[in-house]
Amino acid sequence: MDSSQLLGITTFTYLFSSILYAVIFIFRAKSLGPATTVFTSIALLIQTIGIGLRWQESYQIGIGHAPLTNMYESLVFFAWTIIAFYLFLEWKYKIRTIGAFAVPFAFLAMAYASFSTEFSKEISPLIPALQSNWLIAHVVTCFIGYAAFTVATGLAIIYLIKNSSASRNSTDESTLLATLPSLSVIDDLTHKSMVFGFLWLTVGIITGAVWANSAWGTYWSWDPKETWSLITWFIYAITLHARYTRGWGGKRIAWLAILGFLSVLFTYYGVNFILSGLHSYGSS
Amino acid sequence: MNQSNSVWAFFASVKLALVTLFFLAITSIIGTVIPQKETAQVYIDTYGQNTANLFQIFSIPDMYNSWWFLGLLALLSANLIVCSIERFPAAWAIIKADNLATPLKRLQQMRLRREWTSALNVSDTEATLAATLNTNGWKNQSRQKDSGRLLFSQKAPMSRTGVYIVHISILIIFVGAIIGEMFGYKGSVMLPETQSTEQIYTFRTNEAIPLGFEVRCDLFEIELYDNGMAKAYRSELTVLENNEIVRQKTIVVNDPLTYKGVTFYQSSYQPYQSFVVTVSDMTSAKKIQAILPYQQQHVEPNSDLRFGIINAKTAGQSVTDIKLWLKDQSGVSGNYWLSDGEQKIIEHEGTTYLIAAKQMYATGLQIAKDPGVWTVYVGFTLMIIGLLMAFFMSHRRLWIHIREEDGKTLVLMSGSANKNRGAFEKTFSALADQVQK
Repeated sequence: MDSSQLLGITTFTYLFSSILYAVIFIFRAKSLGPATTVFTSIALLIQTIGIGLRWQESYQIGIGHAPLTNMYESLVFFAWTIIAFYLFLEWKYKIRTIGAFAVPFAFLAMAYASFSTEFSKEISPLIPALQSNWLIAHVVTCFIGYAAFTVATGLAIIYLIKNSSASRNSTDESTLLATLPSLSVIDDLTHKSMVFGFLWLTVGIITGAVWANSAWGTYWSWDPKETWSLITWFIYAITLHARYTRGWGGKRIAWLAILGFLSVLFTYYGVNFILSGLHSYGSS
Repeated sequence: MNQSNSVWAFFASVKLALVTLFFLAITSIIGTVIPQKETAQVYIDTYGQNTANLFQIFSIPDMYNSWWFLGLLALLSANLIVCSIERFPAAWAIIKADNLATPLKRLQQMRLRREWTSALNVSDTEATLAATLNTNGWKNQSRQKDSGRLLFSQKAPMSRTGVYIVHISILIIFVGAIIGEMFGYKGSVMLPETQSTEQIYTFRTNEAIPLGFEVRCDLFEIELYDNGMAKAYRSELTVLENNEIVRQKTIVVNDPLTYKGVTFYQSSYQPYQSFVVTVSDMTSAKKIQAILPYQQQHVEPNSDLRFGIINAKTAGQSVTDIKLWLKDQSGVSGNYWLSDGEQKIIEHEGTTYLIAAKQMYATGLQIAKDPGVWTVYVGFTLMIIGLLMAFFMSHRRLWIHIREEDGKTLVLMSGSANKNRGAFEKTFSALADQVQK
């Protein structure tokens, strides 16, 4: 068993997880719940072993480094953090119906990592700029933030769907959506996820700045990746202020959560493939 | 503070903060799409004369240093300062409030409350409740109030300062950035091996800045992975003051050298067509180092020793093997193959030499002096602490009023939290269940 097999399996287990959560939601199959959670947890465990093995394999070929250094590895880790964060939320708030809107993001990340031909999946040696202890701190903190924002978006989508059907008051759909938590609970969870993500994004930007200073002597150089991470930070800062001080909630916050997530996607993906800058190695 | 002052009110408003952040977010996009700090010609070629002119008017080519972008940041700073001055006193008043002076009427109106009768008398009830609260981590005080006893306990009142700490941390980061801008510089120098410099050139104006000391590059080398990718760029640097060595360090990317507040970062390199050749006579311990172009002889003065590079194998721009030609007092010449950078002891007609040869490089150093960086780091630290306080701690307060009425001991427990009320409600009912026993 090597890491690429385990990570390959992970793609399909997350697909299956997504289907299970969708079934729970659509057919109100509550009894499937515990099994689905166990299955998803095992899938996460398999992926964890896969990531660990990849780390070990990199040492075996003599270029040992944490598997967080290119597009493929970061997508795999992104999927891992989404599932880990979702399972944490499910355990803490005992709400399983939102899985159908969170787990698919992890599947999409894994599927894109596995099937895209845009980047290499090989374990490649680290270029000198990436050889730093800040690498792990920077990447891990950023992706915890990204994962929380991703789940917040899933929640925001649930909110908007439930909200629009509640106003239309169509009996058929409202029974389906009745299994979802109440609007105020979804709203609260969206907010909590964004708060959590905002803290980690902040730490991610800061560790990046400290790293840049130790590598180049400049903690901030307005390169596109830095700038976009700051734009994302501004969007969430606006969202949190609007909620705390102006009492925004519901639809407006849901849309801001989605806007923030689009900015996350652009920071993460768009900058590497559409713009260019110091982080250009992320696209290889 | 005149609150009716409309200018003050403008700067104190949260609306201004939201609008400023919005404009910062939107305008920041421009510089990620339009390349920054290119020459004027590049913009004319890419966007045409008219658009390029417009760009110049709005300082688009260096937008993050433009008057309007810095103006937005200044506006944000002013907003943060005024807003904090405006709101902090109220927060501080709550933190420092005498909660034992809270009237019973208010406790009776709190959303979170529980009432019951105790079988004990007032003072015994108070003692039991105080002890239970204490064992649950709620340290409390009490006082005679509203013809009964009032107990009060609170957690994390200082968490109310979290948001102000975050706001101040942003200002501290700005101050650090300004200090760096005013008293620091960023520059670079291309330093060939064996040579030294006492000045560097700033990025912005390309002006020479004296270092106040001398820095020498003794060696530059590139280490490769098996697949030919660069593994490490390494420069051996020596700092000299008054021709005396004061500091030596081998720097790589991510591990710079700092001397007297000036930091030297490994940033680039440049290969030369020449070679650094070292020949040492092992018996006399005489070391001769020379920089030699291809196929040129070094003639050591007052000696019969001469040497040169007569052949080299290359891979791309990099030399892999070097053939050294050497002739000494014996009058016999010999050829010796060395791999790039290798040191070898050879026996040449009865004399032992240590020979070494490598392709010559210049190391590209980036130099930064930034006395503001520690201020910025203090800001970073405060920001994280402030966010943790603001988001994950809440000011929780608990009152218990005990009074006697018609021979019965009435107990009222009330509580409030400024954040995360759902979680506090659970804590409150669990605690109420426990103290009621």
